[in-house]
Amino acid sequence: MGLIAPYRRPYAGTQPEYLHAPYVSTVKRAPTRPLVAIPQTLSEVTGPHFGKDDIVQGAFDLTKQHAGEPLGERIVVSGRVLDEDGRPMPHTLVEIWQCNAAGRYLHKRDQHNAPLDPNFTGQGHTMTDEQGRYRFVTIRPGEYPWANHYNAWRPAHIHFSLFGPAFATRIITQMYFPGDPLLPFDPIYNCTADVAARERLISRFDWETTIPQEALGYEFDVILLGRDATPTEEPKRR
Amino acid sequence: MRSLATTWQTVGPYFRIGMERLMVADIAGEGVEGQRIRVQVRVLDGDDVPIPDAVLEVWQANSHGKYAHPEDTQDKPLEQRFRGYGRIGTDDDGWLRFDTVKPGPVPGPGDVDQAPHLVVGLMMRGLLKRLVTRMYFPGEVLNQTDPILMLVEGARRKTLVARAGVEDVKVLTWEIHMQGKDETVFFEL
Ligand SMILES: [Fe+3]
Repeated sequence: MGLIAPYRRPYAGTQPEYLHAPYVSTVKRAPTRPLVAIPQTLSEVTGPHFGKDDIVQGAFDLTKQHAGEPLGERIVVSGRVLDEDGRPMPHTLVEIWQCNAAGRYLHKRDQHNAPLDPNFTGQGHTMTDEQGRYRFVTIRPGEYPWANHYNAWRPAHIHFSLFGPAFATRIITQMYFPGDPLLPFDPIYNCTADVAARERLISRFDWETTIPQEALGYEFDVILLGRDATPTEEPKRR
Repeated sequence: MRSLATTWQTVGPYFRIGMERLMVADIAGEGVEGQRIRVQVRVLDGDDVPIPDAVLEVWQANSHGKYAHPEDTQDKPLEQRFRGYGRIGTDDDGWLRFDTVKPGPVPGPGDVDQAPHLVVGLMMRGLLKRLVTRMYFPGEVLNQTDPILMLVEGARRKTLVARAGVEDVKVLTWEIHMQGKDETVFFEL
């Protein structure tokens, strides 16, 4: 098979540690032993690819999945999926999920005393285009309380799941909204040491994609791990 | 200057809303070649309490040891009906089950064959980023020389090898311990 060009390891401090005590659920679930560093093999530089058959037409629009319109403020969330070297990631699957405008998820375990919306499921997916662009139409999710600590409320967020070209490039993250007053209090948003890395999770209000009389636009780019140019048999370290 | 990869965030407890659609527990559908296996996995936290809100992703080669991916240029047969991807959530008792075929060996560093293995990504509430591990098969000769297993201290290798069933060897059981004396080995890529 020849030599394998590995994907880069994340830059120091730009990814969360597993144990982050302020987020209480990590305490019994984070591994306690150091991870074992391994070279990327064919198994890690390959990964599942999805095609048009895996996509439901129109699933990018979360406001059109039911007979009526969901309650809440309509928004357009769009952006690009790129790698660390700025290369667009075309034809990659993007899945999102979120709560409704009242802050309630359509999920049996969500017991928050806020109304469900019969016109909102909160699931969307799409594929990036040739230029790595994606676009969703949805409603702005509400903030919701959780049991992590006294008076804990999650800032408004949309969950994002992406594959990219390889098993190594997989990412699941959350997109936040600019100016959310709950961000400084949220242990999940604040789990990453690097402040700039955190702030890149906050979408940008985008006048260009805002639709007059219809929906506010937010822009959110997702960056996947880049790839070392030189094939090597040893994992690259920083 | 290059930009830096986006920060991971937890899938949270409600990932099924977005991830249910592509849950795949039957990885090798009808007509796919190879030895059929069923894998049952239990995911346990630091108190050995079953984790009911975890999701596991599987990536594997087909029975010939070929990945359905353009970068696998080996001269081995591809199967149109085999993607090699599974996504399965745990139930209320921390169990998840999937059916597939045993993958063939794929090349590793130095073109030494790796032992048959499933590449595994694990996500859950309380995990701020994915954990990567592998599931190996019991009784494989190649387990003695697998270049990735050799990087794991001897006493911990068993955490990566599934157990064969007593009544049916095609049913494999694998426990994932997040913590404790049997803590599963997790990898940094
Ligand atoms: Fe959430």
